[in-house]
Amino acid sequence: MLGYLARRVAWLLGSLFVAGSAVFFLLRVLPGDPAVTLLAVGSSPDQISTIRHQLGTDRPVLTQYGHWLGDLVTGNLGNSLFTQTPVLDQIVGRLPVTVPLALSAFVLSIVVAVPIGVFAAVRRRGLLGVAVSTLTQLGIALPIFWIGIVVVWLVAVQWRALPPGGFPRTGWQEPGAAIQSLVLPVATLTIAQGSVLVRYVRSATLDVLSQEYVRTARSLGYSLPRALWRHGPRNGAAAVIQILGILLASSLLGTVVIESVFALPGLGSLLLTSVKARDLPIVQGAVFLMTATVLVVGLVVDLVQRLVDPRLRARA
Amino acid sequence: MTILETSGLTVTLDGQPLVHDVSFGLAAHDRIGLIGESGSGKSLTALALLGLLPPGMRTSGRILIDGQDHLGAPDRQWQRVRGRTASIVFQEPQTALDPLMPVGRQIAGPLRLHQGLNRSDAERRAIEWCDRVHLPDPARLVRALPHELSGGQRQRVALAMALACRPRILIADEPTTALDVTVQAQILALLDELIAETGVGLLFISHDLPVVAGLARHLLVMRNGRLVESGPVDDVLRRPRSGYARQLVASAATVTRLARPAAREEKKQ
Amino acid sequence: MSTPVVEAVDTVTAPATRRRPGWRSPSLVVGAALLLTVLALALGSLLWSPYALDHTDPAARLTGPSAQHWAGTDRLGRDQFTQLMLGARTAVWIGLASVAVAFAIGVPLGLLAASTGRFVENAVIAVIDIVIAFPTLLLAMLLVTVYGASTAVAISAIGIGVSAEVARLTRISASRVFTQDYVLAARTCGTRPLMILVRHVLPNIWPTLLVQATLAFGVAVIAEASLSYLGLGTPPPAPSWGRMLQEAQSTVSVAPWNVLLPGLAVAVTVVGINLLGDGLREVLDPQLRQERRAAQR
Repeated sequence: MLGYLARRVAWLLGSLFVAGSAVFFLLRVLPGDPAVTLLAVGSSPDQISTIRHQLGTDRPVLTQYGHWLGDLVTGNLGNSLFTQTPVLDQIVGRLPVTVPLALSAFVLSIVVAVPIGVFAAVRRRGLLGVAVSTLTQLGIALPIFWIGIVVVWLVAVQWRALPPGGFPRTGWQEPGAAIQSLVLPVATLTIAQGSVLVRYVRSATLDVLSQEYVRTARSLGYSLPRALWRHGPRNGAAAVIQILGILLASSLLGTVVIESVFALPGLGSLLLTSVKARDLPIVQGAVFLMTATVLVVGLVVDLVQRLVDPRLRARA
Repeated sequence: MTILETSGLTVTLDGQPLVHDVSFGLAAHDRIGLIGESGSGKSLTALALLGLLPPGMRTSGRILIDGQDHLGAPDRQWQRVRGRTASIVFQEPQTALDPLMPVGRQIAGPLRLHQGLNRSDAERRAIEWCDRVHLPDPARLVRALPHELSGGQRQRVALAMALACRPRILIADEPTTALDVTVQAQILALLDELIAETGVGLLFISHDLPVVAGLARHLLVMRNGRLVESGPVDDVLRRPRSGYARQLVASAATVTRLARPAAREEKKQ
Repeated sequence: MSTPVVEAVDTVTAPATRRRPGWRSPSLVVGAALLLTVLALALGSLLWSPYALDHTDPAARLTGPSAQHWAGTDRLGRDQFTQLMLGARTAVWIGLASVAVAFAIGVPLGLLAASTGRFVENAVIAVIDIVIAFPTLLLAMLLVTVYGASTAVAISAIGIGVSAEVARLTRISASRVFTQDYVLAARTCGTRPLMILVRHVLPNIWPTLLVQATLAFGVAVIAEASLSYLGLGTPPPAPSWGRMLQEAQSTVSVAPWNVLLPGLAVAVTVVGINLLGDGLREVLDPQLRQERRAAQR
């Protein structure tokens, strides 16, 4: 296990290196001068050279690359082009909105989707089972922002039950208002992610149900639900854990769209406004951090999977 | 006394009969062999006898267990029969066992389910059963996972599971087909020993005539979903009446004849 | 952005039924019907639309559905049905182009990994894993930051994002074929690798890839809508369902119906292509076919 851990961590560091390099080269080596594209047409040569200096693009590419990697290791992501504040501070400042949003939607969708998915598999030919399949098919096919708009219209505009968007200026100093403003975003993200998870849980359950050991259990006098309870968790877990990793990553990304729908001042909206303002350091820093999170989640998923399935351990 | 009896058992799929009008009875100490080629409907018959057919298949006829008709009975009623009155051992022990559950717990499960034993008592009985099916070092082995055992050992575990709650009927559906020939012989010997000890009525299903003939006293021959012949083993082997049974006996004889010189040649090399 | 969902094949406990001819697969028929509706809108817009794209009717702003404006108008008085038809064209075009890009990158990469030795294979697997971890949306954001929002950027971002999954699947299915006995036999006979690829591998993996293409198209359509909604997709005046929704969101309290149709259009397209994919899988997948035949016994 330790040897595996070492290999897997080395692999993670390698991936981070490649991801960091990819972010760098996508932005610098592709044709075109960022400084020119970043500025409006008709900027003076002075402005261009200022920007070039800020971006460091007046130095040789390899020097820039070395600096970028060195800065990544030390956690220095540079300064915003416009506010001149450190990128890392801006990002950290946005986390109190994004992290609760992503995590609670993630947890909530597990709590809701796992039972529904198992139920839909056991009753897959019943009316409710078919209804679940149909609804989740729709949940996957509908864009998440559409779900958000409809939720806002229904709950905030028609019933006036909750605010349609925004976040208290004082943040979590007003916990009640902060929670209120997160309810609809979390609900929307849960509907979208939950639909995906229900389908995975359903198919993992169907997979377990089709296994011969379930038939063996039934041949020994177990009812179908009891046989599923006896064999389902340990055998379905590996597949579901993998999906949970993907789900956590996509919850994080979902916040980009969700924060835009509900006008929340989180990491996603920071990224979006920076993309539109072409604030290159913020964009590359936020993109790198999000990708790094996805990669770390992948590592955790792999380790948990090995703990759950001893066959994987035996194979290595 | 007959424990399990079926008459006119018919299994259909989309109106097409896969098992047609099968009738026979099974009492304690009986050893019935059911033989037929793959696709002849013998495994479906076995599943039907425990109410385990996949959804979509329709059955008709009668399945009497201790005199009570179970055909079309609700699953709740079947659950009292399965594992307790009648058990089944499947062909492939690799897939019939949960790959992630220690084998001791798999044997203990039915004991806890039917006899209400607590965890430690059930565990102790599981160890006893591992000993009875001659698994080495039972106390340690109960904690092993199926993939840590050999194919023959896995089938021994499956036998222990099936017999743990002392059923009076055991259905063995090609239990040795997936095993090496030498292991096959060991499992057959174990099966012989266990049924002699427990007096369990055996329905042994196979496509392999010599295997069946060694264990069974009565033979049922199945083809295209119908029973084409039934009688004591010796009678069927010596005087097969149906054309199909004659073919089976003849080809088994040919294989045996061909196999012997081949075996000698291998030795020479 | 949604992840393609692959259903487990429900075999042992599946209702035992005999195989039906492909055209009787309900998913295939319903999926094709939904998709044809969208295609009809998209292609129809080339010949005719109720109004010109830039036609505005200041007297009729935010009207509900009527005889003049079948799907109502937006806050500038633009005809929503016209926008919807032209939006279908954008969605289908970007969807197809992205899938084409994804396959042009993914299939050769996957085949390369499957047919070469361990070193190249591992390198390609590493690249695929990282690109999978690098989400389409973020890629699009990076590209838009440098090049600005455009159709080409949307297509490249979606195409590259989806290509990783295509490469992964191609590699896995091709490796499976490479280990088959008949391929070993062909190799032993000295058949050239390229020949093996053409004669054995591609014929065996194209059904899987076709099904994957349908899934990828669905993902691309949603991605396109999301990018346009965020203002990172095809820039105006080209119409897009995502931007229609973004504009309708601001007037949702007075004109909620404007939200309904564009969302429905995305859903119909994606549900349609997913059902079509399910149907194709049922009809084409040789393994599934064999298992069904086995269930007849």
